[in-house]
Amino acid sequence: MDVYLAEIRKAFPEITALDGATFEAQPGEVHALLGENGAGKTTLMNILAGLYQPDTGEIWLGGQRRDWRSPAQAITAGIGMVHQHFKLVPPMTVCENLLLGLPGSLWLDRRGGATRIRAFARAHDLAVDPTAPVWQLSMGERQRVELLRLLLRDAQVLILDEPTSVLTPQESQTLFATLRSLARGGRTVIFISHKLEEVLRAADRVTVMRGGRAIATLQAGETKAEDVAALMVGRSIVPPLPAASARGAAVLVIDRLSVPGDRRPLAVSDVTLVVHAGEILGIAGVAGNGQRELAEAVAGLRPIACGDVALAGKAIGHASVRDRIAAGVALIPEDRLHTGLVGDMTAADNLILKSYRTYPFSRCGVLNHPMIRRRARDALNRLALPIPPQAPVRLLSGGTMQRLLLARELGEDPKVIVAMSPTRGLDVGAAAGVHQALLDARSRGVATLLISEDLDELLILADRLAVMHDGRISTVLERRVFDRPRIGLLMAGGTA
Amino acid sequence: MIRIERRAPLPPRAVVTLRLGGVALAFGLGAVFLTATGHSPLPAYLDMLRGAAGSSYALEQTVVKAIPLALTGLGVALAFQAGLWNIGAEGQLVMGACLASWAALTLPWPPWTLLPLLILLGLIGGALWALLPAIPRALFGTNEIITTLLLNYVALLWVDYLVFGPWADPSAFSFPYSRAFADAARLPLLAGTQVHAGALFVPVIAAALTFALRHTAWGYEIRVIGRSPRTAVYAGMPVSVDILIVMALSGAIAGLAGMGEVSGVIGRIQQGISPGYGYSAIIIAWLAGLHPWGTVAVAVGFAALINGGFALQTSGVPAAIASMLQALVLFSVLVSDFFATHRVIVRRGRPATVAAPEMRAQP
Repeated sequence: MDVYLAEIRKAFPEITALDGATFEAQPGEVHALLGENGAGKTTLMNILAGLYQPDTGEIWLGGQRRDWRSPAQAITAGIGMVHQHFKLVPPMTVCENLLLGLPGSLWLDRRGGATRIRAFARAHDLAVDPTAPVWQLSMGERQRVELLRLLLRDAQVLILDEPTSVLTPQESQTLFATLRSLARGGRTVIFISHKLEEVLRAADRVTVMRGGRAIATLQAGETKAEDVAALMVGRSIVPPLPAASARGAAVLVIDRLSVPGDRRPLAVSDVTLVVHAGEILGIAGVAGNGQRELAEAVAGLRPIACGDVALAGKAIGHASVRDRIAAGVALIPEDRLHTGLVGDMTAADNLILKSYRTYPFSRCGVLNHPMIRRRARDALNRLALPIPPQAPVRLLSGGTMQRLLLARELGEDPKVIVAMSPTRGLDVGAAAGVHQALLDARSRGVATLLISEDLDELLILADRLAVMHDGRISTVLERRVFDRPRIGLLMAGGTA
Repeated sequence: MIRIERRAPLPPRAVVTLRLGGVALAFGLGAVFLTATGHSPLPAYLDMLRGAAGSSYALEQTVVKAIPLALTGLGVALAFQAGLWNIGAEGQLVMGACLASWAALTLPWPPWTLLPLLILLGLIGGALWALLPAIPRALFGTNEIITTLLLNYVALLWVDYLVFGPWADPSAFSFPYSRAFADAARLPLLAGTQVHAGALFVPVIAAALTFALRHTAWGYEIRVIGRSPRTAVYAGMPVSVDILIVMALSGAIAGLAGMGEVSGVIGRIQQGISPGYGYSAIIIAWLAGLHPWGTVAVAVGFAALINGGFALQTSGVPAAIASMLQALVLFSVLVSDFFATHRVIVRRGRPATVAAPEMRAQP
């Protein structure tokens, strides 16, 4: 079935996710949707699958204008989506998961269902055991279950969001072979990815998205990786960075650091980095390549496997979080509302999060509320932040929250700032404010480790830049040799 | 289209008004039900009022009932403030009573030391019983809802064993209770009333908790841990240690309630010293929004409802209807609470999209 999405716009309270994106895919092809995180790929596909309604724009399917009011309507019309995080019920068997939501009689016919599913799976070359509970299956098997679910509903348009992010290379190959055969059978297959190589290898056509728009659609066979990388990250000029007050002494030294991951033995392996006073060292990379674990290990939130971290010559690799804060490590976490702030508390209460035990905020363990309020009022006035004093901070906009968090972290005179995606989800104005705050800290001589998935941000702010891929760090690039296509290739796991 | 969404928090006064409205609604609904079952609502309600507060005796009985409710309520409110679901106040109350009774029944100490010792042992008994589930919670993240709940049954059975076995009153013909405590082990009555001195525990602990939570650095830590444990770890707070301290204190306060019951009310330990105070405590603490003084106020209201219900039964209304009224009150207050944090939006259709541009040919 032809898919045509015309001029789709979708704005969320904090951000415009899609800004007039147009996309088209045909039956019989495997079509890849490529772009950096935040480019709008998933939002666009969620709109096609009926999870979101577009603010403006049109959805055309098989030559007909469609207007979904719910995902159920999209499913009935033949659209199926496998989400990045699978929507399966782990304690239930494959068969029960697949029968779930299928039109059928009131009684669940487990045995008949299992037979039917087994035959169906064989026909599509998607081997799974219908009687196995889902929690026992590997990620690759779960994905096959998700695909089977779409096929059982006779979906003609198959959408897969980052299908290889949980698969081994072998499983990925099998998956792409399956997708190809499904496309040959007349279905339209769309998959979202940010991995350049796999897109060029597995897709017939590639649509590149950036900043909420689809900027080009290319034939995968006739395209060079460098060109696609350049399209993906954009071609804007690297703007001049305010001159640093000469690179200072080495402040943060990360020495052959390895850090365990949540689901794999090592999320960070053998990383060595030096951040100097008055310098911003940028870490580029696609999410999930060990950046978060690196930041947490520096801040003390995650134990390290081997190697060490030193701050101003003193080893802190095994120090407590509290000791590291006292030594001058500030962390701007990825999740500002649930890690960096207490959503149900006021701005004043959030500002003392790391200094509540010290004078003048408390004495002999008793809080000095008037002082806490006065300091908060001063800080908020200085930053011109219009924050109501009694409101819980979860009601603030993302930009205001982030500036509040920055005010606290930078206000405690840190030696090192570890910042993770500090402008994610912020509008342009708020992002500029965050950038300015980081540059001010830089000119005060703070050593900053800036981890971001937004390459533009890194090119604006970083004095030097390294790319993280699969837990390892590439060579560190000096600012004068910043080169988007090359960085793009490094991010996609290539060598350059 | 009807949509329910969270709203900005209402000012505290509006929340209280809303809840009182909920109580009024409950009695309104109760009146409908009473009428439908052939009872006149007004006399029934007057009976309830008389039973709860109609005489100084009734008032004093309400206060006596409110003491264990308020203490256990304060204990669990403290745990909830730290994000810990202590469902075990019932067991902690029982173990506090148990340890206090052990001293009262066995220790040949000078009489004047007995009461302070009983108070201390009540606190310790509850604290130890709460630490038992707190340690695995702090070390391994074991779900404390289940462990605290299950330990309630262990505590109850333990007391059963004691009062049927080693502590059984030899003159009681195997009724499940111990010998009566000596006078020195009994909490005195407050001058000129039927209220035992355990009532004094309530304001002392409510004031201490208010101060600790609101005005100390430790209390700030507890509030951060309860509202956002990840932020607490990020800020370098000693979360595991705080979990142990909070659970021990929470249990200690419940244990004190148990000591008050055996030493102030019953005068011995027996089977069923608590008709579920520790469970009502959970509802009381939440209805009070976990505020210490609010918990005391709600506990008094709860005690009035219980005693009023007894009075209703003696005037011929079936017991089931009395419990139904209690449930109605709870239910309406909880519903009114929901509307304190949410609002319902009714809108017709969905927001209009921009007019469609001219029809487009298929690409």
